[in-house]
Amino acid sequence: MIRHRHAVRALLGASFACCATALWAEGLVVSNWDGYMAPDAIDSFNAATGNEAELVLHATNEEIMGKLIASKGKGYDVVFVSSPFAEVLHNLGLAEDLDHAKLPNIANLYPQATELAHDKGNAFSVPYAWGTTGLCYRSDLLAEAPDSWMDMLAPSEDVAGKTTMLATDRWLLGAGFLAKGYSVNETDAGKLAEVRDLLIDAKKTLLAYDDTTFYAKLVSGEAELVHAWDGWCNYGIAENAEIKYVIPKEGSDLWVDTMVILKGAEHKDAAYAFVNFMLDPKNHGWAAENILYKVPNKPAMETLSAEFLASFPNMDMSPDALLAFEQLRDVGEAQRAYARTVSEIKAAN
Amino acid sequence: MTDRKPLYLMSPALAWLTGFMVIPCLLVLALAFFRRGIYGGIEYTFTLENIALVFDPLYARIFLKSAGIAGLAAVLAVILGYAAAYAIAAMPRRRQPMLLFFAVLPFWSNYLVRTYAWIVLLNREGLIAAVAHGLGYDGELPKLLYTESAVVVGLVYNYLPFVILACYAPLSRLNPEMSEASRDLGASGWTTFRRVVLPVTVPGIATGFVFVFVLSIGNFVTPALLGGGQFQMIGNLVYAQFLTANDWPFGAALSMVLIAIMMGLLTLQTFATERASGARRQET
Repeated sequence: MIRHRHAVRALLGASFACCATALWAEGLVVSNWDGYMAPDAIDSFNAATGNEAELVLHATNEEIMGKLIASKGKGYDVVFVSSPFAEVLHNLGLAEDLDHAKLPNIANLYPQATELAHDKGNAFSVPYAWGTTGLCYRSDLLAEAPDSWMDMLAPSEDVAGKTTMLATDRWLLGAGFLAKGYSVNETDAGKLAEVRDLLIDAKKTLLAYDDTTFYAKLVSGEAELVHAWDGWCNYGIAENAEIKYVIPKEGSDLWVDTMVILKGAEHKDAAYAFVNFMLDPKNHGWAAENILYKVPNKPAMETLSAEFLASFPNMDMSPDALLAFEQLRDVGEAQRAYARTVSEIKAAN
Repeated sequence: MTDRKPLYLMSPALAWLTGFMVIPCLLVLALAFFRRGIYGGIEYTFTLENIALVFDPLYARIFLKSAGIAGLAAVLAVILGYAAAYAIAAMPRRRQPMLLFFAVLPFWSNYLVRTYAWIVLLNREGLIAAVAHGLGYDGELPKLLYTESAVVVGLVYNYLPFVILACYAPLSRLNPEMSEASRDLGASGWTTFRRVVLPVTVPGIATGFVFVFVLSIGNFVTPALLGGGQFQMIGNLVYAQFLTANDWPFGAALSMVLIAIMMGLLTLQTFATERASGARRQET
């Protein structure tokens, strides 16, 4: 019996020890999308600062938000999220009010990047990458270059069945809102219904909804005109120079991915040091060169070669041109209406 | 004194299932009775709104649609699977293990990989199109991928081995003398099959059907990949509530109804099997 109790105690001890290392990590915890920063970024940060930072991955904004809301912002120090989610973290009181004195490299940001609608003056978020959503197409297969959202939503006969659209709620609806000339954050029920009908009609000529492989479909020729984020269109352009990107005349949204320090961070100084480290032109520039996303870091963008910019013309877009577009904002309660509308579109025949 | 050995032997598995399946499931299901917080969290005020919303015509239609697709997949899988199991059971005994091995071979690879293989086959620039064009056909082929049929094909393909195994078990146990006796008494081959073989194998068919139906109705990978996201099944709806709409309470309510449907079917299937084997026991 005594032996028995010892065994139980040893087991308990072992399980506590396991949990302890998982729950109280030694150093800074950063959560980011896979491949969104240099593979050695964490190691070089640790080497430069003597920290023991650890990287965890999230696949979607919603995934990390679910974790943060459940844990009330504990367990993470820095998270990479898109701007509407940064806004939610701020509204929930989970985001740190940034002390710019601890972020000297924030001076590297373009002035326009400090004037973003979701967070003027970077009070709680630091932009990491930004860009547009538009049309990505095979210039060699289309009879004429598209210039309107309607070219995708109501395609000509020879393009019908060769278009794809983004499936994520905000962007799917965004294409409809922009085509109708509405705000990408429209919440009026009547306008939402109009957009729903437009998108149900568009579905009839669609090859598929696709958030992840649309550029590959362009490369293979399976699709000829796709709804795309500029950075992802660049992956197609890298494989086939006949692939082009255009922002329709009705406009685009301005998407911004940000870095947010959590108010409940246990390693706050290290968190500031990390964000500052990422704002270093060399580290920030990695994203532009390697994942082909525009970064709002002036010295980083200035290092890009003319040849590179000629290959990927949308990388050369000016910050002023970007700021002309409306950002996706958190729509609060209307999110439920958005989700329902998207279900109606996807369930329609 | 009763023998406690079965209890001891069973308790680790029971504890495992309770701790890691039943309790987490109940925790998620409990969310169905609370409100979604404005930013996607949970607001702990009791409500039946989420359950009521499941029966809203829009979502009820998605349920029916999913049931239709799952039902079609299950019927096709049973027809194909039963025929294959019948053929395997009719082979010489020593060859049967090898054939069964081939039937379950696809399970050795990842579900996602198998589903992607269909994309490679069916897409407009894919293998089937390439072969057709190679043979000199140069018209537009009908759209094969991203259709409802592609979803059904994918589901049938993935779950067929379950049906083969489920139907093979009763077929292989079937005493060949029974069929012989039936023929000696003047029954045609079809009558023998209908009146002797089929009744004995009903439990296998029921198991196979329910398996395919239950796995298909909750599937979200195949409709997303082979349907191009254009056919919303209930699994995709649940997935969206949890991972994009951040509406966990409604996702939990949907799962609850889905689980109720599955449990109902599994109970029916157990009854059918019990009755079939009970009837047989009475006959002997």
